[in-house]
Amino acid sequence: MSDKIMAYRRDNGRVGVRNHVIILPVDDISNAACEAVSNNIKGTLAIPHSYGRLQFGEDLELHFRTMIGTGANPNVAAVVVIGIEPGWTKRIADGIAETGKPVAQFSIEQNGDLETIRAASWKAKEFVHYASEIQREECEVSELWISTKCGESDTTTGLGSCPTVGNMYDKLIPQGIYGCFGETSEITGAEHICKARAADEETGERWHKMWKAYQDDVIFAHQTDDLSDSQPTKGNIEGGLTTIEEKALGNLEKIGRECKYIDILEPAEQPKKGNGLYFMDSSSAAAECVTLMAAGGYVIHTFPTGQGNVVGNPIVPVIKISANPRTVRTMSEHVDVDVSGILTREKTIDEAGDDLIAMIKRTANGRSTAAEALGHREFSMTKLYRSA
Amino acid sequence: MSGIPQLLVHDQKDNVGVVVVEDLKAGSEMLCVVTHDNSSFRLVANDDVPIGHKIALVDIAEGDTAIKYGEDIGKFVGAVKQGSHVHTQNLKTKRW
Repeated sequence: MSDKIMAYRRDNGRVGVRNHVIILPVDDISNAACEAVSNNIKGTLAIPHSYGRLQFGEDLELHFRTMIGTGANPNVAAVVVIGIEPGWTKRIADGIAETGKPVAQFSIEQNGDLETIRAASWKAKEFVHYASEIQREECEVSELWISTKCGESDTTTGLGSCPTVGNMYDKLIPQGIYGCFGETSEITGAEHICKARAADEETGERWHKMWKAYQDDVIFAHQTDDLSDSQPTKGNIEGGLTTIEEKALGNLEKIGRECKYIDILEPAEQPKKGNGLYFMDSSSAAAECVTLMAAGGYVIHTFPTGQGNVVGNPIVPVIKISANPRTVRTMSEHVDVDVSGILTREKTIDEAGDDLIAMIKRTANGRSTAAEALGHREFSMTKLYRSA
Repeated sequence: MSGIPQLLVHDQKDNVGVVVVEDLKAGSEMLCVVTHDNSSFRLVANDDVPIGHKIALVDIAEGDTAIKYGEDIGKFVGAVKQGSHVHTQNLKTKRW
């Protein structure tokens, strides 16, 4: 297999596999203006979301990180930022502009929606002309940043689709890619194994402290029962998973046998220690987790599913992998890589890993994923606590 | 032993396995494969068990620990006969 892909090399050297012009609201009340601009100018994508007002402290920092990271992602060619007022709008636009890509900012107060939409639409049109002339060029697979998170897991994910992702990481991490896994709550029951997979003892200790803090500060502080309807989910239980320990052990199959994580990222934080595997402190809810990893700079997401999670992302192609023969049959429109042959022993994990790598290359070269073709653009902000 | 397995087991230490075919009926003799070393054995299912759900590989007493992937996945809250369905009715987390 060739290690070359045709992708978009950005001014900051990063490699993107999509070429979106996004219209990014700073806050919930700017969604309408962003959607109007996107409706006016074809080839743009509005990314509406639910927050951005009266947030403070760590929660506000996460909001800025998610907004700036989304705009800065190499899958994005240019960004129009619209906020209700100019202060936070500028902070986000300036953060994105550090990548060198074109960014324009507009605020609604004293202008109104209609004047803002008019001015932003002209800029968006200019950005579409700019982006549509950028050519794909030859890049290396090793330059990709590939994240993973599984969803609507069942026992087949631990047997088939998660080890397939793990095999991919065992092959591509040594070649130089950036990897990322997370889902803090969903490591519960396998935390001893996860801690031991850190590159060194200090990193393992930091991981364990982060995991323990989530247990103490979030789960134990807020639980009203044994979480038996939430983690595992109803879908997990339908698929045969009984306990969080069982789910966690299957989940952790995604990091393969060899690779070790070199650092722990805050939600939506960009990696800073070079190529290798990272753990991101993140929710196990699909859209929230993929949104955070995309904001961290990852350009392709690999998503094992058992019962058939349908999640996508507006800017990052989400590749679905399933080993469950019933799901592959009943929900085939959602599955990019069918690895059900692992269960019948007709396909090895090694062969399935190669199948996934082949699909990653096709996706990087431009193949639309099932989630993209079906219009799945879930963008969900992670909120740490109530706004002021 | 050849053929398509009905039950997969991760590790030799496990006391539960996973049904990997649809419409498994009570009384079926299953080909069971341990994925770790590709060894195999046969076991009769006592229940109709949906795809993805677990079956006990041995007789299990209430209070025993369930082992899968060679690891602790929870405690049995009821006795389970070899070949019977293991799920939320007889297995619970030790966490939360």
